[in-house]
Amino acid sequence: MTDEKELEKKFQERIDKGEVIEPKDWMPERYRKQLIRMMSQHAHSEIVGMLPEGNWITRAPSLRRKAILLAKVQDEAGHGLYIYSGTETLGVSREEIVGEFLTGKAKYSSIFNYPTLTWADMGAIGWLVDGAAIVNQTALAKCSYGPYARAMVRICKEENFHHKQGYEILAHLMKGTPEQKQMAQDSINRFWWPSLMMFGPHDADSPHSADLMRWKVKLHSNDTLRQRFIDRTVSQAENIGIKLPDPELKWNEAKQHYDFGEINWEEFNNVIRGNGPCNKDRMKTRRQAHENGAWVRDAAEAYARKQEKKSIAA
Amino acid sequence: MEKTTNPLFEYCLRLGDTSLILSQRLGEWCGHGPILEEDIALTNIALDFVGQATAFLKYAAQVEGKGRTEDDLSFLRDAREFRNLLIAEQPNGDYGQTIMRQFLVSTFLYYFYGELKSSKDSMFAALAEKSLKEVTYHLRHSSSWVIRLGDGTEESYKRMKSAIDELWLFTGDMFDMDEVDKTLITQGIAVDLNKVKASWDKKVKEVFTEATLAIPENVFMVKGSHEGKHTEYLGHLLAEMQVLPRSFPGAQW
Amino acid sequence: MSDTQWPLWEVFTQKRQGAPHEHAGSVHAPDKEMALQNARDVYSRRNEAISLWVVPSEAIVASTPEEVGSFFDPANDKAYRHPNFYKTPGVTLD
Repeated sequence: MTDEKELEKKFQERIDKGEVIEPKDWMPERYRKQLIRMMSQHAHSEIVGMLPEGNWITRAPSLRRKAILLAKVQDEAGHGLYIYSGTETLGVSREEIVGEFLTGKAKYSSIFNYPTLTWADMGAIGWLVDGAAIVNQTALAKCSYGPYARAMVRICKEENFHHKQGYEILAHLMKGTPEQKQMAQDSINRFWWPSLMMFGPHDADSPHSADLMRWKVKLHSNDTLRQRFIDRTVSQAENIGIKLPDPELKWNEAKQHYDFGEINWEEFNNVIRGNGPCNKDRMKTRRQAHENGAWVRDAAEAYARKQEKKSIAA
Repeated sequence: MEKTTNPLFEYCLRLGDTSLILSQRLGEWCGHGPILEEDIALTNIALDFVGQATAFLKYAAQVEGKGRTEDDLSFLRDAREFRNLLIAEQPNGDYGQTIMRQFLVSTFLYYFYGELKSSKDSMFAALAEKSLKEVTYHLRHSSSWVIRLGDGTEESYKRMKSAIDELWLFTGDMFDMDEVDKTLITQGIAVDLNKVKASWDKKVKEVFTEATLAIPENVFMVKGSHEGKHTEYLGHLLAEMQVLPRSFPGAQW
Repeated sequence: MSDTQWPLWEVFTQKRQGAPHEHAGSVHAPDKEMALQNARDVYSRRNEAISLWVVPSEAIVASTPEEVGSFFDPANDKAYRHPNFYKTPGVTLD
């Protein structure tokens, strides 16, 4: 057996034993590359995710809601940061990661390419989008790569408040005026299916799934996680009187799961490819922030260099 | 609008409104900061200000005694009834202008709250104590940045100079005292802003010097916040901020 | 236009009095003062720390997994370093 194959065998044995891989450990190049792809995409999603919600900070309808939304968006920035940190342990710099995102090479979660048109969308994002993220992230908290798993543990702790406050927004709206009830229902009508798409394609259509499962980076199939999310969300909707926009949604007693309709995969693929309603806007905003901030980043470095020279000369 | 005949109410509004308007301006930066770490830093300051606004406006409503809430005061008053400092409502501009505004205001609030801690009004004393902890950090952050941007590159220096030109004329409004101040100072409740100005002048000079920036001279000061005579910016800011409660009267959120 | 994201710093936090500083993650910052402020904003928003250390990532020296055998294993057969190696019949010494 070649050295490479021997190392891969030992690596797989470690994974099978449930051992945690750390940055300095030997790993197959493909493992490293897949993790960089997965983790950086996850980080980009958190950053882009600040935008649809940031859109409503200046219009939050009460001081309490303003504070909660600010705290939530700040958390998302923090989550992006934790995951960028984790990704950098794999030997890639943040400059490179951010560069791939800004040039459009790296992907990010499709859900953030949908616009937030009403205040109720803040509820939908917290309840559905963060709800879906929690299902995904709870699974990832047990993945084989240490820095990623640890970042997920931190994030899961913070994500629970995001989920609750979103649900609370909608619960309030559903007890409010007829306009508010309509606002809430309309929001769910627009965000339900995109939330299901967050779990990705059927695993048969997912190119990376097999390796990721073998390496315990992915612990459950996309469809399993999607089903888990639907099963726990339906009763929450019923609880506040919101209808989920799927006529085929029905409890299956034999399977002990909810049956549901087929996702519009054409829409999914379009959004992934960059043709979603907000793709161009989101990317433009992030590129502008990066460009407008260049003079600030440069000034800080220039100052640091000057101080260093001074202390050497002293 | 004419000042009310309740000086304590007026004073609460000045503090609450300044915090509220600043939180609104800083909230505009979410997702647009020059680097992720600064997005987090600015949002942190915005959050602190929402907290301070809520506390002072809650007290204002209580002092007014007409059954209004802090949300009523925030979302249902017109621009002429707001009492925030003029500097707070100025637009964000580039990052340098936002940082400069923050530094000038945080320095003021640092010394102001430092004095207000000894107010005979126990609510003011308590709020000042709490707010001072937050403002101390805001001052540390913004002065670090004024120095780095002032003494960074040619470009950052030019931008900071522009920022000073845009904002300096509103700094006089910060120290403007009227009968409301005089009445409350005699009662041991309010702060003598001349004292605050002396400390403010010293601190700003110290930081500007380290930042290689010059203190402007002979600038005519624009005032009027005590009378609700604001710049044109406030109207637009409030139109955005108040849109939902105004569009859905009586609704709870 | 440069694409700098500033140098990388590792962050260690102390959760409460008497506890050791533990690795919490990393931040980017142009210098040590900003590194400290950024670490505070990112890693202690929820009162998770009473003390912070920041270290330039390049300053960290780490043992490698290959060294594990020679670096750490020899400790395994020196059980006499541990108190429970010793039998002290009828007497408690702590």
